[in-house]
Amino acid sequence: MTWLSRQLLRLVAVLFAVTLLTYFIVNILPGDVAIVILGNLATPEDIAGLRKDLGLDRPMLVRYFEWLGSALSGDLGRSYRTSEPVAQAIIDRLPVSLQLMVMAQLTAVGIAIPAALLSVRKPGGIFDRISAASAFGFLAVPSFMLGIVLIYVFSVRFDLLPATGFTPMSEGLWDNLESMILPALTLGLIEWTVLMRVLRSDLLTTLKEDFILLARAKGLPPWRVLLGHALRPSSFTLITVLGLNIGGLIGGAVIVEQIFALPGVGRLLLGAIFNRDLILVQGTVTFIATSFVVINFLVDMLYAVLDPRVRHVRFRS
Amino acid sequence: MSEPLLSVHDARVGFNTPRGLLRAVDGVSFELNQGRTLGVVGESGSGKSVLVRSLIGLVAANGFTTIGGSVKFEGRDLRSLPDAQMRAVLGSEIGIVFQDPMTSLNPVMKIGTQIGEGLRRNRGLDAAAALKRSIELLAEVGIPEPERRAGQYPHELSGGMRQRVAIAIAIACEPKLLIADEPTTALDVTVQRQILDLLQREQRQRGMAMILITHDLGVAAGRADDIMVMYAGRAVEKAATRDIFRQPRMPYTEALLRSLPRLTDAAHTRLQAIPGRPPDAARLGPGCAFAPRCPYRTDMCDAERPDLTMDGRRGFACFHPVGQGA
Ligand SMILES: Nc1ncnc2c1ncn2[C@@H]1O[C@H](COP(=O)(O)OP(=O)(O)OP(=O)(O)O)[C@@H](O)[C@H]1O
Ligand code: SF4
Ligand SMILES: [Mg+2]
Repeated sequence: MTWLSRQLLRLVAVLFAVTLLTYFIVNILPGDVAIVILGNLATPEDIAGLRKDLGLDRPMLVRYFEWLGSALSGDLGRSYRTSEPVAQAIIDRLPVSLQLMVMAQLTAVGIAIPAALLSVRKPGGIFDRISAASAFGFLAVPSFMLGIVLIYVFSVRFDLLPATGFTPMSEGLWDNLESMILPALTLGLIEWTVLMRVLRSDLLTTLKEDFILLARAKGLPPWRVLLGHALRPSSFTLITVLGLNIGGLIGGAVIVEQIFALPGVGRLLLGAIFNRDLILVQGTVTFIATSFVVINFLVDMLYAVLDPRVRHVRFRS
Repeated sequence: MSEPLLSVHDARVGFNTPRGLLRAVDGVSFELNQGRTLGVVGESGSGKSVLVRSLIGLVAANGFTTIGGSVKFEGRDLRSLPDAQMRAVLGSEIGIVFQDPMTSLNPVMKIGTQIGEGLRRNRGLDAAAALKRSIELLAEVGIPEPERRAGQYPHELSGGMRQRVAIAIAIACEPKLLIADEPTTALDVTVQRQILDLLQREQRQRGMAMILITHDLGVAAGRADDIMVMYAGRAVEKAATRDIFRQPRMPYTEALLRSLPRLTDAAHTRLQAIPGRPPDAARLGPGCAFAPRCPYRTDMCDAERPDLTMDGRRGFACFHPVGQGA
């Protein structure tokens, strides 16, 4: 079996497991959507009737496979509460979340790579110690607190950026970016720390290699040696962590979208959970899990791009 | 006499290890003339690599490492040269080949790029010209299908081929000095000779001086003009190659010679390995470092360390040199 088909098979297996598990968990959540819709004063007969209308009275596994069947054709069902198609609800919110994630990742990588490169110029030096200390500092701060501090400094204190709310790109690129800077910074400032530490440690290992000595012997200046020879062979753990961190980032995004009142997928999910809108929860979680698995699959493909040896092993015909 | 290309005086390198100061190189001096070859011979850990790397600034002084002595290359004091000028000398006038071609080539960079890099940096060639020259160099070091090989990565080549690539990199900028640090130790016996012959041919054609590091006196035999034997960070014998082979003076050199296979030996003669182990360089006593393994040792040897003394053109560090009157 080729590497690619093995990967695809694994992808399918993981998604099956994830959807089944969420279906199970979502269904044992306490609370009942019928009560949420009808209110506390509804009679037991009304509630039972609504549950029957919604199909909630049938066994869970039966409902799961029905759901799975239509999910495979792209139909994630309709919200119990608003009757809006779940897929549409996700697609509507997706651009906001995507933009948040991309901007957060860019911020994180944009801080992590230069910080790591500057740190290894002189390990144990002043810059190395400052960046290590600030990394541990940021790592210790919960994202909601960092978000609040950023809002206080940049919006309340200096009035530079909007505190909450979202401006779509259609209303101007700058206005749009302005509304996303603080949320992206909140996530990025926490994520860069781990990226910087793994890249730093891999760089230090690479810098002991003979091919680095040889690069220096060619008369290349230190920054050329770092960027041209050390960075790429040192970036494999970074890439792995980047992929794995997507999970944490999604979790963080749920919180950050809440703090900054951004209409993204995370907020959709939270709303759905509060309303016991199980079908919407199921659809959103499935979507997030699929994205996570697919992104990590793509990350895995990246190794082959970065390292000719991996290419060699995987795609040898 | 003209000034030597390279002259090293009292080179010292110390590492402040947790176990104490390790004198990896302890007061080594030598001179090397244009076009000549110096063989540096010694067991593993005797300080050969650290010595040559420190000469060209690849081992630099810092909190962990101390460096002493003077290094003159074409009259320039390399130890006091500003970084940028040192890089220029290193890039265009000195080439180095490392022991293991598995680790000395960048695994994620195409071979042509790795050869051309120095040319672009030090000779101002553009990318196309550098690639063209890289291909010529690959052909010169005996790599078949050089155009195709230039676009490949190191893992696609055999060990011997990689070492040829490393040699191409070292000679790309027409250096005046080539340092070969055990260039064949990591290779199959069958290709060792080819690589050594290639090095020698390139050296002759280009009139380069060469420092050939090896732990095998036999490798230095037909190739080095002079030999410096190192033991525990010190030069313990220095002489013209033929003098060393005719009559070693230092007991360690004698032992090295005895461990060489000879043409006149009957097949399957057991070689005499040097008994004992090389000393721990961080735990040297006051006496001769070779004393624990030396058959001629006396009390004097344990009490005091012999300095390298010159006897005409040759020098040795021993109180009881072998071959007296030879
Ligand atoms: N960076 C370093 N830190 C501490 N000790 C070192 C360092 N580099 C080398 N040494 C020590 O210095 C001594 C000399 O090492 P060197 O590599 O020069 O030996 P060598 O003669 O080249 O041996 P080999 O034949 O194995 O290459 C050894 O004891 C080694 O452990
Ligand atoms: S000084 Fe003494 S111990 Fe050292 S090599 Fe000479 S004879 Fe042997
Ligand atoms: Mg060595």
